[in-house]
Amino acid sequence: MNETSFLDINQKKYSFKEDLEYLEVFPKGLNKEIVEAISKIKNEPEWMLKIRLKAYGEFLKKPMPTWGPDLSNIDFNDITYYLSANKKVENDWEKVPEKIKNTFEKLGIPEAERKFLAGAGAMMESTTAYHKLRKDLEKKGIIFCDTDTAIHKHPELIKKYFGTVVPIVDNKFAALNTAVWSGGSFVYVPKNVKVDLPLQAYFRINAEKTGQFERTLIIVEEGAEVNYIEGCSAASYSSNSLHTAVVEVVALKDSRVRYTTLQNWSDNIYNLVTKRAHAYENAYVEWLDANIGSAITQKYPSVYLKGEYAKANILSVAFANNNQIQDTGAKAIHFAPNTTSTIISKSISKGSGKTVFRGLVQVQKGAKNCKSFMKCDALMLDKEAKSDTIPSLKINEEDVQVGHEATVGKVGEDQLFYLMSRGLTEQEATNLIVNGFFKQFTKELPLEYALEFNKLIELEMKNEIS
Amino acid sequence: MNQLEINNLNVEIKEKKLLDGISLKINSGEIHVLMGPNGSGKTSLSNAIMGNPKYKITKGTIKFNNKDILNLKVDERARLGIFLGFQYPSELSGVTITQFLKQAYSNLDKDISFLDFNNILKEKIKELNIDYSFIKRNLNEGFSGGEKKKNEILQMNILKPKIAILDEPDSGTDVDALKLIANGINKTVNENNTGILLITHYNRILEYVKPDFVHIIHNGKIILSGDLSLAHQIEEEGYEKIIGVKNE
Repeated sequence: MNETSFLDINQKKYSFKEDLEYLEVFPKGLNKEIVEAISKIKNEPEWMLKIRLKAYGEFLKKPMPTWGPDLSNIDFNDITYYLSANKKVENDWEKVPEKIKNTFEKLGIPEAERKFLAGAGAMMESTTAYHKLRKDLEKKGIIFCDTDTAIHKHPELIKKYFGTVVPIVDNKFAALNTAVWSGGSFVYVPKNVKVDLPLQAYFRINAEKTGQFERTLIIVEEGAEVNYIEGCSAASYSSNSLHTAVVEVVALKDSRVRYTTLQNWSDNIYNLVTKRAHAYENAYVEWLDANIGSAITQKYPSVYLKGEYAKANILSVAFANNNQIQDTGAKAIHFAPNTTSTIISKSISKGSGKTVFRGLVQVQKGAKNCKSFMKCDALMLDKEAKSDTIPSLKINEEDVQVGHEATVGKVGEDQLFYLMSRGLTEQEATNLIVNGFFKQFTKELPLEYALEFNKLIELEMKNEIS
Repeated sequence: MNQLEINNLNVEIKEKKLLDGISLKINSGEIHVLMGPNGSGKTSLSNAIMGNPKYKITKGTIKFNNKDILNLKVDERARLGIFLGFQYPSELSGVTITQFLKQAYSNLDKDISFLDFNNILKEKIKELNIDYSFIKRNLNEGFSGGEKKKNEILQMNILKPKIAILDEPDSGTDVDALKLIANGINKTVNENNTGILLITHYNRILEYVKPDFVHIIHNGKIILSGDLSLAHQIEEEGYEKIIGVKNE
């Protein structure tokens, strides 16, 4: 067994390259033929191809967004849009191609599955290599598979919900994803069924100058509950790669959904992701979103509160090290009365790193008696580090309670002196301050993930990850 | 036997002279009290001993067991066994007292299991009449003045320093807290033979902590040294008469 323990973390744990044997490698660049070829290789029904082509048209029509970080380094023609190192999805690790299995074992995925997951998926490049749901949960009617499989096995659910939360026209990158999507998770939890342990998906990019475009759709029926966790990492290269995902969550009446992300891409990845949930009557949706890796991340998990008494809780944390931009935040849109949202953002920047918080709270006319609270805390570790805070409140209803707080600070000299006077080195003292700063986030995570998160942050502080 | 020896110490911040030739010798088990009016240099001395980088040493030496410590960083001085109880300790959100103290303890001593450490902590909080829930709180966050001061003494009792400088451990406390703090100081001296430099403004705490030496500091200089009777004299006559000038 060359399995690495889940918590045995060092700089090489994530950045290594596996010498994979690829079965399919599409030529670089994006055109109609590539879109058609992706659909064809998946043996898709005609209706999905139509969606893809329409989305491709939208992608071409929409200009590159210019309101955020500079994305001009992305060369859409220098990216491989589909590559695969496995023939099909396995539900037995032993059947997964050796080298793919190696990668996920190094990342500790099978170990995590055995210890504390109800189901696990593992995606390499454009395709899902492994997907498994605990047998007893399968019997309860829960569906947890890759989205490609769902197109064939559960077309009625896909047709009903795909693209309803994040429509094709939403933004350029959502359109791109819809045109070339491959892999991702499909989760369906039937009425009143509660999944006791988390479902986890892991996304890995191993190749150079490539794109990963997974598409995730989570449908949680009335009174049902699910806790979904995703992790991701990539081999490190000097050239850029693209990760553009779309995640749609449908939380029906009285349901609860918690969606947790630990994003740890290598620093050559442009991570441009659209994540949104629709929360119906009395549903509770939580986004726990951590961004540590990538060159540039743009991601603002959103909840549309569509039913009365629906609740949203969005907790977003980011660490921007040298040469990184973490442009993150959250959106809560109140469509119905008596809805509640909480947005909390914690970000740290270091060296030439920059964090940007964009938060939007919008209350539509008629959404009376809504409550919303938005708070963002930014910490800069040195003089060079940068941070911007861009909160936005659009309130079209009078009968609401909306609060907003922001703090921006540096690690205090007095704090360091105090901690060091108890024998902690400057590094240990800074780590402790930073761990404390992120505590509001880590205390929400299962223990194993909290430990992993803290260790990743400590590595960033030491700058061991280049 | 441990010894902290300060010789002709001159300290400034931004070219403003704060200490002007301080000399002081503190041995294991001794309790020194440093008294003086506001702005006389009490806190500057404690910061200089601990190595706060804001305070610039322009002349003189600080030696611990005959070894010059001026080039040592704050944490290195702490690991030698020097402790500073702060007048205004910093707040730290998201870090509990237990978590912080366990790390500090492990750093100074050797590795200790969470369970063993928790047992030590439980015993020490009992002595200070601190509720168990207190140590699960974030370090100094939202603490009252008295709670902060008790927390400093708790840390001293856990970390068992060789020399402890306590900067106004009595200010902002009620009588009950004051007694517990004084007990904590006495216990540390008795059990660990710690040498103490107790900085205070008032005589109140000296009802419970009996000093071996009392020093009066004024304008960055120690102008008088004596025993407890000197403290009593100040109480009766005031600083003004003793130092012969008006209080700032």
